[in-house]
Amino acid sequence: MPYIPHSDRDRGTMLAAIGIRSIEELFEDVPEHVRFPELNLPTALSEIDVRWELETLAGANLTTAECPCFLGAGAYHHFVPSVVDAVLSRGEFYTAYTPYQPEISQGTLQAIFEYQTMICALTGMEVSNASHYDGATATAEAVITAINVHRLKRRKVALSPFVHPEYRAVVRTYTQGMGLTIAGDEGGGAAELTGLLDEETACLIVQYPDFLGRIEDLGALAAAAHAAGALLVVVADPIALGLLKPPGEFGADIVVGEGQGLGAGLNFGGPYLGFFAARQKYARKIAGRIVGQTVDAAGERGFVLTLSTREQHIRRERATSNICSNQGLVLLAAAVYMAALGKCGMRQVAELCYHKSHYAQRRIGEIDGFTVVDDEPFFKEFMVHCPRPVEEINRYLLEEWDIVGGYDLGRDYPHLQDHMLLCVTEMNSREEIDALVEALEEVTS
Amino acid sequence: MKLDPRARYTENHEWARQDGEEIICGITDHAQESLSDIVYVELPEVGDTFDRKDAFAVVESVKAASDVYMPLGGEITAVNEDLEDEPELVNQSPYDDGWMIRFIPDDPAEFDELLDTKEYEAFVAEEEA
Repeated sequence: MPYIPHSDRDRGTMLAAIGIRSIEELFEDVPEHVRFPELNLPTALSEIDVRWELETLAGANLTTAECPCFLGAGAYHHFVPSVVDAVLSRGEFYTAYTPYQPEISQGTLQAIFEYQTMICALTGMEVSNASHYDGATATAEAVITAINVHRLKRRKVALSPFVHPEYRAVVRTYTQGMGLTIAGDEGGGAAELTGLLDEETACLIVQYPDFLGRIEDLGALAAAAHAAGALLVVVADPIALGLLKPPGEFGADIVVGEGQGLGAGLNFGGPYLGFFAARQKYARKIAGRIVGQTVDAAGERGFVLTLSTREQHIRRERATSNICSNQGLVLLAAAVYMAALGKCGMRQVAELCYHKSHYAQRRIGEIDGFTVVDDEPFFKEFMVHCPRPVEEINRYLLEEWDIVGGYDLGRDYPHLQDHMLLCVTEMNSREEIDALVEALEEVTS
Repeated sequence: MKLDPRARYTENHEWARQDGEEIICGITDHAQESLSDIVYVELPEVGDTFDRKDAFAVVESVKAASDVYMPLGGEITAVNEDLEDEPELVNQSPYDDGWMIRFIPDDPAEFDELLDTKEYEAFVAEEEA
């Protein structure tokens, strides 16, 4: 849609309508001396000068294009095929608003519908909404959904300590004032967690793979949650789901997560994408927009927003959530990414992550002083115990080798001081992994 | 507007009818007509207890989602499970097949405080005016 600026005549009409002669008159209430101050700006630069200046500034950054990156912990360096940006940069898809009007928004609505369909296939769920802000807010919305499913009668949330620490913080921020008890993430492992489940518990939240990269048996957790009448909420890595059994097949009730890995790039931390999918029977309790498929008056296939009566613009204060927005453009990236890769491509990416990270884990485990901590199955992230503080090792890797090291787990888990969480994806070549191993060998020598 | 002479009414457009110790409750013909096509009814569970004027159900139509309130306080003894698959029963037969809940009232005497057919008719007429 082209941008049409107002003409002088339009402005004249508007000024006349409100009874003033000039735009300046609108500002008469602002004290004279601050009204139109002289701005102390340097003289204008030519386009070429601006370009040089910005390139110099940009050149001071280190990016994953130049440095091997082994940092994950929620934001992942995955390949973004060119087709994603090619579709994303089409003007037809640019809008700040969710499409209310199906008659002018079929393209956007169809993209959302297809995104929802693919998210359902990936997670093993039956209904997906049109996305949230990020993985953390999607997790918080899952808590609210679980509370509403239980008609506010159960107000306890069992939260695994190995759900992303920032997601856990967001869940607490988001639900403050709702009178919830959020327990389980202060200490140990799964056994203690299932011990918390009782008739007060609305849901059990676990991450798959967990924050330390491990793949837990969701079947046992689903059974334990359901035995107590609670829902199982799984925070999943969508890239891992290309290879792992979908949480839905284990009996998960709600599956959420960070969709950034699906075609969005790291983008300096945002914008990201929260995906949210659930069982059909909870469709009326979930937040956000849902796009549905229908037929128009002529019997042609078409797409519309559906189940809107859940939402705040209709249900007002009785709505189950006040979130209506979605991450339109990042959602589109995810839809194009999943469609372009297809089922086989998604599996291939996941297999590359799996094999490369296992190669890296084996090689690092052989270095003197570095110990592979867990022998549990993992996907693309694993934990190693380091001979020196993680921060010190990371500084050395960056300064001497231009390598971005792993995540310092001591930041969130006091018992994991000197433990590094390393992430290996399809973007890490064997040469990069070998260089990391060589660099880490030097740390101990 | 159809009315059930055996029922009493509320100003929120619910009807209530005594059946032994129990009270049967639903929404009035006037309510279903104002809501238009009903697509979903969310009902409580048997054993749930509510105070008078608590919302016990949500009726979703193509136009809106509305709460339905208890005419008297009490404990739910049955819900109309047919509404799960056929919510349109509320439109077709608001006083019979479209009933929503049965409950044991905390204070049966409160039933007499509800509007009778004439009072409800007058109330609707006034509301419409």
